[in-house]
Amino acid sequence: MRIELASVMVDDLDKALRFYTEVLGFRPKVDMPLGASRWLTVVSQDAPDGTQLVLEPDAHPAAKPFKAALKRDGIPFTSFGVSDCKAEHERLVALGVRFTQPPVTMGPVTTAVFDDTCGNLLQIHQQH
Amino acid sequence: MDLDLLFRALSDATRRRLIDELAERDGQTLFELHVRLITYYGASLSRQALSKHLQVLEEAGLLRTEWQWRSKHHFLDLTPLRHAWTLWLAGHAGERAPESRPSAAEPSAAQPAAPQPDAAPAAAPSPSPPQRRTPA
Repeated sequence: MRIELASVMVDDLDKALRFYTEVLGFRPKVDMPLGASRWLTVVSQDAPDGTQLVLEPDAHPAAKPFKAALKRDGIPFTSFGVSDCKAEHERLVALGVRFTQPPVTMGPVTTAVFDDTCGNLLQIHQQH
Repeated sequence: MDLDLLFRALSDATRRRLIDELAERDGQTLFELHVRLITYYGASLSRQALSKHLQVLEEAGLLRTEWQWRSKHHFLDLTPLRHAWTLWLAGHAGERAPESRPSAAEPSAAQPAAPQPDAAPAAAPSPSPPQRRTPA
């Protein structure tokens, strides 16, 4: 068994695709119609055959209150690995990304938390 | 200003650590405070328990919350500590008690501490001027 897909629930697929590719720098992988919606995934630039991130509509009635509750408490539900957390923070801030937590080093890891504009907080982490 | 609420809020190590962590970086979310407590103190408390601690601090006026883009951030407000110092603590623990007291001072702290020639040595105020902090 392998982890091939992970999902984030987003409020708008087009907006999400723009943010996750143009701002975060992921690469579109699959984009095909599926029922009333689309099957939309992105991958890391340096791992095009690696784990795909599914951009999934948050249409389920339970999704929005769940997301809002996590966001209220500053909780990122997804974390992406970076090699330099501070540099990535600076790059994203310059692109207008809003951070709820700037880079903070705690033990063996430096993390930062930001808003994906689609109803989620995301974390970036750098292992030392 | 409720001294009972303040001292109750301070009577717990986790809540004092929360003040330390917010002094280190103000405006944290529940998530960040939780990670810090776990990382630095090995605390095993749940987010719900942390949320209650934050509520106690807020009721004592030691922190206020602010919504930023639908996330709740916690900011330290040390005004109650300064008030507690002026109202009560300085009268006992200050190098020299404040010379004038607000009318709201607690009776136990309302005794003037002006130097008196026949004061017992142990109670004699030091000659240096009082280090009074002005409440914000």
